[in-house]
Amino acid sequence: MNIQVTVNGKSHEKEVDPRLLLVHFLREDLGLTGTKIGCDTSQCGACVVKMDGVTVKSCTCLAVQADGSEITTIEGIATNGELHPVQEAFWEKHGLQCGYCTAGMIMTTVELLEKNPDPSEDQVREGLKGNICRCTGYQNIVRAVLAAAEAQRS
Amino acid sequence: MTTRIFGSGIRRREDPRLITGGATYTDDVQLPGMVHAAILRSPHAHAKISSIDTSAASGAPGVVAVYTGADTDGVLNPIPCAWLPPDCDIKAVDHPAIAKDVVRYQGDAVAVVVAEDRYQAEDALELIKVDYEILPSVVNPEAAMQAGAPQIHEDAPNNQAFHWVADGGDSDAAFANADVIVKETIIQQRLIPHAMEPRSAVANWTVAMGELTLWSTSQNPHIVRFLGSLVTGIPEHKIRVIATEVGGGFGSKLPMYADEMIISFCSMQLNRPVKWTATRSEGFLATIHGRDHVEHVELAATREGKITGIRSVVYAGMGAYLSTAGPGVPTILHGLIYSGPYDIGATKADIYGVFSNTTPVDTCRGAGRPEATFLIERLIDLLAVELGTDPVELRRKNLIPKFEDGHDVASGITYDSGDYEPLLNMVLGHVDYQALRQEQARMRERGAYMGIGVTCYVEICGLGPSQVAGAVGFGGGLWESAIVRFHPTGKVNAYIGTSPHGQGEETTFAQIIADELGVDVDDVGVIHGDTSNTPMGWGTYGSRTSTVGGAAVALAARKIKEKARLLAAHLLEAAEADVEYEDGKFFVKGSPDRSKTIQEIATMANVAWNMPEGMEPGLEASAFYDPPNFVYPFGTHLAVVEVDPDNGHIEVKRYVAGDDCGPQINPMIVEGQVHGGVVHGVGQALWEGVVYDENGQLLTGSMTDYALPRAHMFPDMEILSTVTPSPHNPLGVKGIGETGAIASTVTIYNAVIDALRPLGVTHIDMPLTPEKVWQAIRQGQGS
Ligand code: FES
Ligand code: FES
Repeated sequence: MNIQVTVNGKSHEKEVDPRLLLVHFLREDLGLTGTKIGCDTSQCGACVVKMDGVTVKSCTCLAVQADGSEITTIEGIATNGELHPVQEAFWEKHGLQCGYCTAGMIMTTVELLEKNPDPSEDQVREGLKGNICRCTGYQNIVRAVLAAAEAQRS
Repeated sequence: MTTRIFGSGIRRREDPRLITGGATYTDDVQLPGMVHAAILRSPHAHAKISSIDTSAASGAPGVVAVYTGADTDGVLNPIPCAWLPPDCDIKAVDHPAIAKDVVRYQGDAVAVVVAEDRYQAEDALELIKVDYEILPSVVNPEAAMQAGAPQIHEDAPNNQAFHWVADGGDSDAAFANADVIVKETIIQQRLIPHAMEPRSAVANWTVAMGELTLWSTSQNPHIVRFLGSLVTGIPEHKIRVIATEVGGGFGSKLPMYADEMIISFCSMQLNRPVKWTATRSEGFLATIHGRDHVEHVELAATREGKITGIRSVVYAGMGAYLSTAGPGVPTILHGLIYSGPYDIGATKADIYGVFSNTTPVDTCRGAGRPEATFLIERLIDLLAVELGTDPVELRRKNLIPKFEDGHDVASGITYDSGDYEPLLNMVLGHVDYQALRQEQARMRERGAYMGIGVTCYVEICGLGPSQVAGAVGFGGGLWESAIVRFHPTGKVNAYIGTSPHGQGEETTFAQIIADELGVDVDDVGVIHGDTSNTPMGWGTYGSRTSTVGGAAVALAARKIKEKARLLAAHLLEAAEADVEYEDGKFFVKGSPDRSKTIQEIATMANVAWNMPEGMEPGLEASAFYDPPNFVYPFGTHLAVVEVDPDNGHIEVKRYVAGDDCGPQINPMIVEGQVHGGVVHGVGQALWEGVVYDENGQLLTGSMTDYALPRAHMFPDMEILSTVTPSPHNPLGVKGIGETGAIASTVTIYNAVIDALRPLGVTHIDMPLTPEKVWQAIRQGQGS
């Protein structure tokens, strides 16, 4: 099937197998390997991207379902070489170790803070429930999200 | 005086590529002409393979090749176990890369399909017809040793893989003379280490050169090259292993797996690059598991609470084959550290390694030491109940007093340095322990169940002296090496043998070098993970990277400084004895304006226009560091939990981690390691556990069934520390990557049982799920 998708502001038209997962389309057809795959049961959130403004688990979505949509991946959130405030906060607060969950964590956080610019710690922890990190014990991720919230508010 | 860079919590230089999606992990590698492999795995725990028919799969769309054990047999050597402890009658059974006649666990490789894309490869797996003759299987390690249990390997009677005993002091006398003996049966349930990045390999064989390049999700690429050359027969210098970006390991990426060798075989057959990436469910089956002990343990003490002996009989599951370091875990990393921070005259570890029809067991964060810590700390809490004393006072009474340079313990090892009581006091003071106990009493009066768990631990890590490695049957050295090199512009690169995968050594090693050489930390780059441009190293595990690899880096830098001093004297036209050094500058004694920075000296050494007679050009050094002893970090952890007796729900109210890993190179990174380790260990106590059914079917085979800690399940923890340098380490540092997991499981466990004691509960097998807690409460109350 032929699909047209705009990814990080760039339009792509491609012929894809109807069963191709969006995450494989992004990683393999477009070479955007920043989005990760951590599971096969929609549990871990490593693959989270934004589709038309809302986060989706790209391992649970077919490429053909993305036809006509606008997608933002981890590669697309910095502007003009300036890190996104959420990226900056993850760096500053040591919100990552091996970095494998990080793309999904950051994309989830971007949306979380759009919906709730001033979350409590509990709300952050609840909001990150769908993303698994094995390295950090989440504490510094939570700190990073709160710091990003503060930075974005000021 | 500027702030010293060693000890600063600077942010990590690895992060920019990781937070922008710019890092290249193994599955991100794309090569021209690359094909994709998928591995067919046995659905049965134990079966004979009667026949395999691959014809339909071979003809399926996109399929390039299908191989079975008949193809790899005789081409790939068996997958070796690299840790065979001596004097324990160990059975190093054959582990073929692809099973040929018999499968011995659900997940054993049976065939591999290579196709143009991964979807086609997966499709074709379903077309392979295998006739299995199902054999009886056994899962529990203690059951596997009973008479009549199914036999898994012909040459391992009773499924006994080894029988290892460490008997230090006179444990028989200690128990014969004891006033009090407490006993317990502890199930250290099987865990799945579960790095977030699934295992993956890309093999690229270039036939013209006879060379193999293997991208591998490994914690130790040099070991993969070393063992890979034994398995494939490719000379070691013609193998290049790349593991630059690895998404966590926790022990699961330490072993030498069959899969990477199968993928290499495929590439060699096809002369094309081949990629394989495990699906998560495949990883649950075919990536090592951890723990899996059934332990019968007991402790002897005097009426006054002086602990005199500990002994155990442990059945340690090894799985279907011996994994790379598997046998070393319940023995060396477990049986030698039973006495923890306590002065105990006799310890005896009686360990049976046992084969079962399960995924092989190897290192999982902490590896052996969480089990040992659990055992002693659990027994002390039981003793406290028995004697009617406060568990903390009982611990205090038995602590080894402060020592700065060596303390021999009963098992025969020598702790390097320790000062246990101040950290215990710090943690107790931090929470106001007495007030907590009073609150607990008040809460009990109103039917609320709060519990407190306190753990004192010592860890053995920083593996380790190579001579000891040899003596305990480890099939390699345990030293580390580093090359530190000044470039002509005065910038520095360090090439290291260890292979960090999230621990941040690109940053901390740069801090060490900047500190040693007085250069700006941003002028130092650290290269790791590629065997083609790094010196030999034994890898990142056993909390050894900073202690052993960091020491190698520091020693290389010190050698450079010595040469720079000679060159400085020459350039400053001064006698060597008159040259002094401070903050990256050499100057002539008494005239500080006659000076050269080390970076200026590096430039001269590189252009070599004006060198002293006989001095080689260049400014670089290589150093090998073989530690004279292990290092022994220690600490006290404390947890406060509340249990709801109506539904068995456990809430962790507070968690305090007090750890001493000596001087901290980067406190921010140290804290991060503690956070991750603690939550990993709490996972074992509360949520995680592998379940097989009686036929060896893995019931917890996906993330939906195996519960991993998530962000909302645990509160912010409180971090404390003291600094007791290791006397023998050139930087004084000790490991911190595993302490959290070592201490936290039993801390939480003891807190929960402490909470439930008024309800008659004395024991629950982990994980402490609400259902089990609720059942235990009902049983405790006799209902
Ligand atoms: S990879 Fe999509 S949720 Fe795990
Ligand atoms: S940083 Fe490694 S999984 Fe989150």
